[in-house]
Amino acid sequence: MTIQEQSTTQQAALGAPLLEVRDLTVEFAGEDGPVPAVRGLSYTLEPGEVLGIVGESGSGKSVSSLAVMGLLPGNATVRGSAKLRGEELVGRSDRDLARIRGRKVAMVFQDPLSALTPVYSIGDQIAETIQVHQGLSKQAATARAVELLDAVGIPNAVQRAKAYPHEFSGGMRQRVMIAMAIANDPDVLIADEPTTALDVTIQAQVLELLDTARQMTNAATIMITHDLGVVAGIADRIVVMYAGKAVESGPVGPVYADPRMPYTIGLLGSVPRLDRPGQSLTPIEGTPPNVAHLPTGCPFVTRCPVRIGICSEVEPALEETAGGGRRAACHRSEEIELGLIHGAPVFPPPAIAEVREEVPREQRDAVLEVEGLAKRFPITKGAVLRRRIGTITAVDGISFDIRQGEALGLVGESGCGKTTTIMQILDLTAPEEGTVRVLGKDVSGLNAGARKELRRDVQVVFQDPMASLDPRLPVGDIIDEPLRVFGMPAEQRRARVRELLQLVGLSPEHANRYPADFSGGQRQRIGIARALALEPKLLVLDEPVSALDVSIQAGVLNLLEDLKVRLGLSYLFVAHDLSVVRHIADRVAVMYLGRLVEVGSSDDVFERPTHPYTQALLSAVPIPDPVAERQRRRILVRGDLPSPANLPSGCRFRSRCPLYAELPADRQQKCIDVDPPLADHGGGTQESACHWAREVVVVPE
Amino acid sequence: MSLPADPLVIADDVALSDSPGQTPPGPDVVVRGRRQLVFRRLRRRKGAMAALVLIVLLWVIAFVGPHIYEAITGWTYANQDFRAFLKPPSAEHWFGTTQIGSDVFAQTMRGLQKSLLIGLLVALISTGLAAIVGAFAGYLGGWTDKVLMWIVDLLLVIPSFLIIAILGREFRDAGWLVLVFLIAGFGWMITARIIRGMTLSLREREFVLAARYSGVGTVGIVFRHLIPNMSSLLIIDATIAVATAIIAESGLSYFGFGVQPPDISLGTLIAEGTRSAFTFPWLFMFAGGLLVLTTLAVSVFGDGLRDALDPNSQRAGGSK
Amino acid sequence: MGRFLLRRLANYLVLILVATTLAYFVASVALNPRVRYEGRNPPPPPAVVEQQLTEYGVNDNDPLLGRYLDWMGGVLTGDFGKTVTGGDINGELGSRAMVSLRLLLVGSILGAIFGILVGVWSAIRQYRFTDRFFTAFSFFFIATPVFFTAVLLKFGALEVNEAAGTTLLYYTGYETPGLDAGFWGSVKDQVAHLILPSLSIALGLVALFSRYQRNAMLDVMGSDFLRTAQAKGLTRRRALYKHGLRTALIPMATLLAFSFGTMAVGATFTETIFGWHGMGEWLVESIRNNDINVTATVSLFTAVFILLSAFLSDVAYALLDPRVRVS
Repeated sequence: MTIQEQSTTQQAALGAPLLEVRDLTVEFAGEDGPVPAVRGLSYTLEPGEVLGIVGESGSGKSVSSLAVMGLLPGNATVRGSAKLRGEELVGRSDRDLARIRGRKVAMVFQDPLSALTPVYSIGDQIAETIQVHQGLSKQAATARAVELLDAVGIPNAVQRAKAYPHEFSGGMRQRVMIAMAIANDPDVLIADEPTTALDVTIQAQVLELLDTARQMTNAATIMITHDLGVVAGIADRIVVMYAGKAVESGPVGPVYADPRMPYTIGLLGSVPRLDRPGQSLTPIEGTPPNVAHLPTGCPFVTRCPVRIGICSEVEPALEETAGGGRRAACHRSEEIELGLIHGAPVFPPPAIAEVREEVPREQRDAVLEVEGLAKRFPITKGAVLRRRIGTITAVDGISFDIRQGEALGLVGESGCGKTTTIMQILDLTAPEEGTVRVLGKDVSGLNAGARKELRRDVQVVFQDPMASLDPRLPVGDIIDEPLRVFGMPAEQRRARVRELLQLVGLSPEHANRYPADFSGGQRQRIGIARALALEPKLLVLDEPVSALDVSIQAGVLNLLEDLKVRLGLSYLFVAHDLSVVRHIADRVAVMYLGRLVEVGSSDDVFERPTHPYTQALLSAVPIPDPVAERQRRRILVRGDLPSPANLPSGCRFRSRCPLYAELPADRQQKCIDVDPPLADHGGGTQESACHWAREVVVVPE
Repeated sequence: MSLPADPLVIADDVALSDSPGQTPPGPDVVVRGRRQLVFRRLRRRKGAMAALVLIVLLWVIAFVGPHIYEAITGWTYANQDFRAFLKPPSAEHWFGTTQIGSDVFAQTMRGLQKSLLIGLLVALISTGLAAIVGAFAGYLGGWTDKVLMWIVDLLLVIPSFLIIAILGREFRDAGWLVLVFLIAGFGWMITARIIRGMTLSLREREFVLAARYSGVGTVGIVFRHLIPNMSSLLIIDATIAVATAIIAESGLSYFGFGVQPPDISLGTLIAEGTRSAFTFPWLFMFAGGLLVLTTLAVSVFGDGLRDALDPNSQRAGGSK
Repeated sequence: MGRFLLRRLANYLVLILVATTLAYFVASVALNPRVRYEGRNPPPPPAVVEQQLTEYGVNDNDPLLGRYLDWMGGVLTGDFGKTVTGGDINGELGSRAMVSLRLLLVGSILGAIFGILVGVWSAIRQYRFTDRFFTAFSFFFIATPVFFTAVLLKFGALEVNEAAGTTLLYYTGYETPGLDAGFWGSVKDQVAHLILPSLSIALGLVALFSRYQRNAMLDVMGSDFLRTAQAKGLTRRRALYKHGLRTALIPMATLLAFSFGTMAVGATFTETIFGWHGMGEWLVESIRNNDINVTATVSLFTAVFILLSAFLSDVAYALLDPRVRVS
């Protein structure tokens, strides 16, 4: 850039917003002509501001920022304008943009494993961005990279700089990405779903770090996410995107308190909230439109409960509404207030069967009893003569039971052993250690025939609705399969499939279609129908809604709630999302490194958690309410999960425990020496495995 | 990043891709069936379509051609024209004649028939074997896996050319079908390894787990869930195996270890023709040209099919 | 990394042993050296035949296991036994191995280098003319058997020589017999002999390698880390070369191992057609001559060659990919 050019850009910079995006359009070349991904997006970003861009998958939120950076693949066409301090970015050459990328505008991507080059060390990769822009020597850049790693909280930065991406945990890799992004003191930091793949406690750490990074560089931040809770916590302003367009924007507080676009209302109403356990979820019917075949008029029209004639004719523009810099794209935005339209809720609460008479828990039969269950995996070495060099303890003596008609939520972060636990239960074979009893029958004493028979009573619904249905079989055959295995006559099977499809809210005609023809939420319903085919007593639900968009998740959760009451089912509900568990479970078991650390009724555990880990977990869950969210005190756990092959002595949680850090030395000694058992600590009805358990309220009422 | 989802990827290879489409398809989508999509994609690939037409043509002229030729000129692969030795192509003998007066066109068609049949049979047998061995080894694991994979490793290491050559000679009287089994028997291992690898990831897939937890047995899971879900790869692999088998057969025949007289294949014709390729090129060029045309068409078609079936394919073009 | 490679090496030694043993047994059962004496006129006395066969270690009346152990024992002490005509295998093995290795090494090095270059170039120019040209080139040479390519090359050489008016390219043998042209003269002569046979091997390899390299490169071109590299401030081109190419080379290491096997067989054709007295030609001759010991020896050589290249590919893999290095 010549001096002259520089001065003109500086002149233009005066008065211009930091980043100004106007009528940005992105189209991809598709099978049937261009597919729009972003359809006229406009926003501005002021210095030091945090802008949250929220939307479900396919809404165009990520594509729009990649377009600004010139990072879209060759089959994308970008039109419109994006000005950085008055300097146009759209249409610039790759060489020009390369000077801006990483120096003025930096990005943090979602999946930090695939986003880092596998063959270069972390230090080299950070040093590279410094060298490219600052022209430092290799040594100086490497030294600076180590400083940055230290600044983002990577312990042992000097050594770790020489390590490769695969040697880092997910959270650490995201720290590396952030170090790389702030290396050149950017003016704008774009974070694209930076915490989506991370566990909630790690997410809290990374969000904290992002905030620190923002203060260090004073960069304005664009936070792209699907999580309304994350935005509530950190953003100043919010843009809600739907089908490639902004449908509502404005300061975070007013938008959350008084949304004016039905989509935003629906989105907020469909998120289960830790602080409002009893509130029923209002799902948004249908699925986001296929951007290749948008309806005329408002893209939300087919899902909108308050649509009127004009909605299917004219697409509403994003216009000012309600004052205070707020805008909404809805013909009826002026009529809507506080989620009500003429006094009636925009999304009426759904009808869910309610329990009529409650038999006390003690008098109900146990459907599943697990006692002292343990599972260890050997670590072996050597090709010919395998020798055991260690053991990974995935599950280490856990006990719990589930009574009839009860939902037990098993929560914990990845690597805590919850998947191993349910696989052990589902196998219906004798566990390595401990006992599993289903409907009073000990599974270790079963022969093959009896085991198959018992499979009728225990069925499973999996996490990923894409992966859990065989793509090669029509839906009818998928639901039919368990019935066929148990030899039901064809005639009855057909009737049963029809019945099941209706039960989960699909229509019988769907039986002839293939899984690919259905949306994620519908597929999960098919998965539930298959699981219900044999009329089981216990349903194991393995993260059944975590792969779904929030607006769809609510419908599936409501269905599960409804089925539980109507069919008298018991659930073992495994999830990492505590808000979902809070919503659906009667009892909760919190798992950490193969152990249960706190077990009790949902109300007690969530409202009066006594174990520091439960407290940290709960405090890390963002609440989609800017006011409540910003008043909360976070209890951060330190570092990563220790390796299950090399556990700390005494209490397993002590290496990361926030309480342990505050304890006097004599009390700490007990944590080091004695492994705390699950025990009642007074107060609530729950048991927790902490020597110094005490109630702490972490979720605002 | 939320690029528009490719319906085909979601439709089929969701089970195989690393990141199953994050984007759910649009509202109540029944855009098109999978098969239709594959055909559409394939139709757009001009090279692949041309190759397909060529393959069909080759089959037609190989099996129908000789009858028409006989009707026009009166020559078959078996009779000899004692008035024409080593004559270049003419109206009477389209591809010329050999030193004993055999008609080269009739012989080449006869050879093409054999080569095409061998290619097809070998592809079916070796791909089928690979699918079954790979799927069972991957799904059952443990000792089954160890034993099967040990056999695969062994077959990969032992000099297959040598074994086929020796055994082919040994069974020369049993005819060309033995050769088919020999070539197929040494041609399935790499595919079996790939299938096993895919099975290892498929077996942890939730739809397989779901079937297992509803009581479906091993055989049911392998044939109902695993193999159908690898069908794209298997089809592609079978196509490539056709080309490989034709080349292998002709190579063996070239040294006299393959198809034995009185049977004729393109390989035997080329072997005879090579010696006098400079002086009497028609003895060599027609058989050689048809061989290259056949394998080329099959490879190009296989590549187009791969792109149409599996746009995220990792495997590269060509043979193994 | 060292342990990983050592373990692989041990594994390969076992495989070589198994492969050679198998080849020996198959050859012993299927080949019949006795036929050499059957056609003779006058027929040699049976006792002499028996004695000769036993002397060469190929008498089918002697126990197979004993013969195998004798031969294997000899191999371990560096003696590969006798040919079916009573010649010494060791002497011929040396000269033939050199002939084959010269061909295989030159062919494979050329093939790998140009294959990778062509593949990268094609990927970067995807769907442009260069890419289409090389794609057509690759398909042709993948679909064409070596013996056909070789004959085409001979035709080409004839044209070249005719145009030049002198013999620039030789297509028979690996040197002009009895040539006395000093050191440089004989080097020039050998190169002129080497060009066509190496080409016949290299063309197929270039075709194969370039397809794989192109696909590996295309995969990398859509990867997240390349986007990150660009987001850091690298231009597309620089990100491609520094981050993309380096990563796309990893899968090529595996390909090396597989392709050498194909090449070893391909060399059999090349040697026969160009009249090189190498290992491949020897194998074909030995089967035709019912020569058990030579067949087994050549199998051993091939197995060692293939597994050595597999081992080299393991080393290359470990060097290229840090993820292997650690574990």
